[in-house]
Amino acid sequence: MSISIALHALEQGLIFGIMVLGVFLTYKILDFPDLTVDGSFTLGAAVTATIIFSGGSPLWGISLAIISGSLAGLFTGFLHTKLKLSNLLSGILTMTLLYSVNLRIMGKPNIPLLGKETILEKIAIYLPHISGNYLIPFFFLILVIIIKFALDLFLSTEIGLAIIATGDNEQMIKSLGANTDLTKIIGLSLSNALVALSGAFFAQYSGFADVNMGLGTIVSGLASVIIGISIIRTPTIFWRTIAVVIGSLLYRLIMIIALRYGYRLGFKPGDLKLISAVLVIVALAVPLIKKRIDFLTSFNLGRKDLQNNHKEV
Amino acid sequence: MLLIKSLTKYFSKNTPHQVLALHNFNLKVKKGDFITIIGSNGAGKSTLLNLIAGTLLPDYGEIRLDGEMITYQPEYKRAYWIGRVFQNPLLGTAPYMSIEENLALSLKREKRGLRKGINQEMREYFRQRLSELGLGLEKDLNKKAGLLSGGERQAMTMLMATMFKPKVLLLDEHTAALDPESSKKILKITEELVEERKNDLITLMVTHNMKQALEVGNRTIMMDRGQNIFDIQGEERNKIDVNFLLQQFSKLRNQEYIEDRLVLD
Repeated sequence: MSISIALHALEQGLIFGIMVLGVFLTYKILDFPDLTVDGSFTLGAAVTATIIFSGGSPLWGISLAIISGSLAGLFTGFLHTKLKLSNLLSGILTMTLLYSVNLRIMGKPNIPLLGKETILEKIAIYLPHISGNYLIPFFFLILVIIIKFALDLFLSTEIGLAIIATGDNEQMIKSLGANTDLTKIIGLSLSNALVALSGAFFAQYSGFADVNMGLGTIVSGLASVIIGISIIRTPTIFWRTIAVVIGSLLYRLIMIIALRYGYRLGFKPGDLKLISAVLVIVALAVPLIKKRIDFLTSFNLGRKDLQNNHKEV
Repeated sequence: MLLIKSLTKYFSKNTPHQVLALHNFNLKVKKGDFITIIGSNGAGKSTLLNLIAGTLLPDYGEIRLDGEMITYQPEYKRAYWIGRVFQNPLLGTAPYMSIEENLALSLKREKRGLRKGINQEMREYFRQRLSELGLGLEKDLNKKAGLLSGGERQAMTMLMATMFKPKVLLLDEHTAALDPESSKKILKITEELVEERKNDLITLMVTHNMKQALEVGNRTIMMDRGQNIFDIQGEERNKIDVNFLLQQFSKLRNQEYIEDRLVLD
């Protein structure tokens, strides 16, 4: 494996890592599989690319991306909590309407950013002594670390704890004085703001925004989250946010390798989505299959777990 | 003072399956009252507690606390002054959150903001309160609530329901799902926690156990088909026993008190 593959996986893993932190917040913390992200990732890219393309400042573009992403989450939250639509349907509806909104914002299906001044070029000016190859991963590493700690901090506040409790035992937290409509809306807004931010950076990193670029965001996000927390199995928020970012890095590495060497196995670039969906299915099924095997073998071995306990005593 | 006037609640209203769960229910509760509520299945006991807590909204009637009308206030707002313990020990705590996080959520109910959710001062307070329960829960505040036994979780919920100094405490058969030993323990904890604030707390406890209903608290009401059919307190209450309650029921309703669990108790 060459260094260039590793660097690419690192860069993409970190950029998408911001999105994965957002998906983690809804899927794992709020227990809300939020499909809005397919639309809000593109939304962030579309808003930023449109502003940069028309000569605006990249920072301004990124700020607007964050705001528009949080509004998308707010809308999904509104559909779910006020109009009582199911969580999946709320996400699907927002995602669908965002497709048209994104086209409206961009005015055309694709905006190239070649030759425009993106945030990455601005940073290169500020940090001239770091070579270009390492500057991008270094920048995103710092950024992801900052976002990770900010998210940890937020989840340890009074509101943060109420959001965690909403996903853990909604009836209880209602009887403890939290407006769960509000905690869900806050969680969804924050999550989609992160996803849109990720989209904004990805557009600048890859040099374009495309109306279809968000397709499959939810699946890759879920895959990263599941890979991450099945590798690092600790229940604390501090480790779980690290775990999902590592999951994102691994997922991108797998994808890049599949893209680069997959043709030897007969894969085509179009098969990537198939690979990522299968990855999610396998990652979700493994614990179940493992439990099943443990259960079946326990008959033959006479409850190994209990025997071990007995010996220790 | 908790005032309940003509409270009425239907389930599946305007359908062939319509059920009248609470029918013109009236109750006046003074500060410091500890009321035990008995009644057969479907008498409306749990419905009453759910209406007071705001989990359900009534079709008719009103609920006032200290003069303030709270009949249609949302559940989370009433939680600022209502402590609740459910029959199912799993409902009262968040399993994937630690003991201290659960307690912190319960302590700070109003105006949640961006302040730190748990601080050192709170931890000290939690340790002290948990040690009073005598279950050793104070040793590891970071333990996930889901790892505790049903009795331990229920004890924790009891603490959570009283620690923030509520005006009303609602207990819905909170010892029924536990083994006899834990059940006794939880009842003792209940009495201690209520005793601490006996002058200003209103407690409503639903129970299936008639003996228990007469042993704890200072007032007992019997419900049937959504109505308050018998209300006894003070000196009179000290004189009566379970048999008297059963006779009273047959006299008032012209039928036997039917309750499968009565046999077990």
